[in-house]
This record gives sequence, C-alpha cells and structure tokens, in this order.
Amino acid sequence: MTAKTVAKPPHREVNGSAEISLHDVARSYAGRNGQVQALDGLSLHVGAGEVVAVVGPSGCGKSTLLELVCGLQSPDRGTVSAGPAVLMPQRDLLLPWACALDNAALPLRIAGMGRDQARDQARPLFEALGLEGFERSRPDELSGGMRQRVAFVRTLMSGKPILALDEPFAGLDALTRQDAQAWLVDALTAQPRTVLLVTHDVEEAVVLADRVVVLSPRPGHQIAALPIALQRPRKRTDPALVALREEALIALGVDR
Amino acid sequence: MRAFLLALVLLAAWQAYAKLGGIDDFLLPAPTEIATAMFDDAGLLWSDFQVTAAEVLLGILVAIFLGVACALSIHLSQTLRQTVYPLLIASQTIPIVIIAPLLVAWLGYDLAPKLAIIALVCFFPVTVTALDGLRSVDPEVRKLMRTLDASRLEVLRRVELPWALPAIFSGARIAVTVAVIAAVLAEQAGSSRGLGHLILQAIPQFETARAYAAVVILAAFAVVLFSLLTAAERLALPWAHRSQVEGERS
Repeated sequence: MTAKTVAKPPHREVNGSAEISLHDVARSYAGRNGQVQALDGLSLHVGAGEVVAVVGPSGCGKSTLLELVCGLQSPDRGTVSAGPAVLMPQRDLLLPWACALDNAALPLRIAGMGRDQARDQARPLFEALGLEGFERSRPDELSGGMRQRVAFVRTLMSGKPILALDEPFAGLDALTRQDAQAWLVDALTAQPRTVLLVTHDVEEAVVLADRVVVLSPRPGHQIAALPIALQRPRKRTDPALVALREEALIALGVDR
Repeated sequence: MRAFLLALVLLAAWQAYAKLGGIDDFLLPAPTEIATAMFDDAGLLWSDFQVTAAEVLLGILVAIFLGVACALSIHLSQTLRQTVYPLLIASQTIPIVIIAPLLVAWLGYDLAPKLAIIALVCFFPVTVTALDGLRSVDPEVRKLMRTLDASRLEVLRRVELPWALPAIFSGARIAVTVAVIAAVLAEQAGSSRGLGHLILQAIPQFETARAYAAVVILAAFAVVLFSLLTAAERLALPWAHRSQVEGERS
C-alpha cells in the first residue's frame, strides 16, 4: 500500500456543501497491540439529501469513517471533504443534570442562544417526535427509546446539513428499534438531511437508506453498493426489500 | 441506628476499662467523667466552640474556593499541570506543625493564620477530587461537543463543571473532617481562644476530662458538617444521587 503515491497530501476539508466525498482514504489508529489499519483505500460519495447506510463486520473502521467525516480525525492518506457534520453516537450521551428539553436544545445554547429562546426553538421538533409532556423529565426518568429521540432532536438542532449516525439504535430492544426507525424516516421526510448511517443491522440499513454500502473486514474499503429504490415508508415484509437484504448479507459473506 | 448501638457498646467498654482497668483518670477519663465535665464546663466549652466553629466554617469555604480554583487552572493549563501540580503534591507532605508557628509569626494571633492553616490542609483533597472530576468526562461526550462546535469554555461550562460537582462534594466532605484537626493545630500554634487552646490549657491543669469533652464536641461538629454536606448534595445534585442508586442496583 505504501507504494501508492498520491499527488495531494492527505487532508480533510470542510466546505459549505451537504455532500460527503472520500477519495482513497487510509487511516490507522494506535491499538493495544500496535498500529491498527482501520481503513485503507476507501472511496465513498454521498450526495446532498442522500441517506447512505454503511454495513460491515465488527471492527471494519466504521466509527473511524464517521469521525473522519465529522472532522474529529484526519486521514493518513487520501482526501475527505464534507460539509458541516454532527455526530449522533450509539449511547445517547444526554447530560444527566439537564432536563430532556434542555438536552435537546444544547446545540443552540452552545451557539450562544439564551435558555428560553433555545427551548422555544427546540420545542416543535421535540413534540413532533412524540416527546410532549416529557420536557422537564431528567434523562434517567426516560426509557431508552425516548432518550434516543431526545438525542436525535439534539442532533437535528445543531442545524448541520450532514448527520453522522453511529449505530444509533443498537442499544435498543427489537420492538423499540423498529419504532425508532419509523420516527427517523418520518423526521427525515419532514426535514431532509444528508445521512451517513453506520449500522450492524442489515435490515435497518435496507429499511432506512437510499443506498447500502458494504465494507470489507479491516482494513475497510467498499466491496459492494446496493441502491434501494423503494418507496418510504417501507415494509420489512416487502419481497423486494427481503431480496435486497439477502443481497447485502451475501456481500457481507453471511448468507447462510 | 446501628451506628448508635455500636457507639453505645464502645462507650460501655471504655467506661469499664477506665473504671476497672486501673488506669489513671488523668490519662484516660471515663465517659461519665467526660459527660460531667461537659455539663460543668458548658459555658466555657460553648464560647470556645463558637470560636473554633467559625474558623472551621470559614476555613472550609476558603479551602473549597482555593481547591476548585487550583483544579480549574491545572485542568486548563498543561504547563501548570506539569509544573505546579507536583509541587502541590509535595507541599502536602510538609507537617503543618512545622509551618504553623511561622504562619502565626507572619499573620498574627487573629483569625488569619487559622484560616491559612485550615485552608492549606483542606484545599488539597478538594483540588484532587475536583481535578479528577473535571478529567473524568466521558471522551465520547467530548467528541460530541466538538461536533457541536463547542469552545473550550463551553465544554467547561456545560459539561466539565457539572460533571465534576459530585467529586467536588466528596472533596469537601473529606475537607470537613481534616478541617477540625487543622483548627486545633492552628489554635495550639498560637491562640488565646478556641477548643484547641482549651485542650492545650486543660492537659497541664490535669483537667483531662475537659480536654476530652472538647474532643467529643469537635467530633460531633465534624459529623454534623459531614451530614449537612451529604444532605446538601442530595438536594443540589439529585441526578448524581439517582444514578448512584441505579449503579448499586445493577
């Protein structure tokens, strides 16, 4: 891999767009037993307003990918260019001392808005996600599904055009997860954003995304891309969707 | 309730040893003698207690303020962390009795040297716990704050400081117990009032029971302050208390 030369030095740039472009990206990190090559030769383009799900085996560098997109890391090789992106982690990471509405309004407070104004601005979306009546509840009084809704409102309130979702529903039970996928589809229909969704759950990827990208085992690079041209909301039992799910599983090498 | 029973058993054992063990009253007074002294010298003890209590309360406030300020500056500046922090740790090994007379010589016989000594002894547990609290923030939360474009100051204000509050309360609770000892040392280094001074006077006068009565009052005072801080924390930080309970359950 080192024989490959690049004309441009590796860099990550933030531009004003809502697109994500990665070209021939390599990135390693210091693991417990030396350097771990997380990604190598990954190229990916996500258009404005597109929802792309990334699936891959454990440790294929999916979280590294999201951190590159969010500007939390820079590539060792290749280029990453993307508009402003916000991260939604797997754990909701709500601040335990703040009420649900204040957690949702956090990005506005960080941007310098006063408390009352920030609450007023966050309230419509808060209610649209079915959280009405829980404004004053502290996170430890909410169920896992509701906490994840609050975290999603917080993500949207950042006002950034790109959402980097890191297995956002992996911690939820199966029924709550289906419910969460449904409100995510509704919210994105109402407020379209560019979404890069990392998930272990192939079904989730096929239900939510416009395109499913399959990564290889570490070091991760793209080995398959499946466009999902199905109307939303999608039914899990739709034969077309089931067929696409099979196809993704085969690409992952887990088709048994 | 169980603590009360244990205290009763220990008191009974003490009483039996002091009365039947053949030990001199001037070395170890029996609990009943201490109680008598407390009753007989109530006026004296009360007026000296007021002096010491004021020193302890003010000293703790100064210590918490200094401790948090120290922790914040060490937390925010890598240079300070590398230069000042090791010195702070080393400073804690200096026996306070060595420098107490020096502080008295500098600051006089009034409140100032007592506050300085109490603050010197007590700010360190607050600094260490506050610093640990500030640094214990979940790294994932730091990443999240970065993608929300939070400045260093915003991270400190919205995340790190509230995150560190339970630790700061723990530091304050440790500080309370050592503050009482520090106040006695400070008074013995140079003072004409306070329970430390009373103890220093009582021993050569063979009023050992009175000195023990002063110690009992100081211990009770520390326990009350400790409990008040615990109650204040539960009121002020209900979220921290609740997650602790959950942690114990799981």
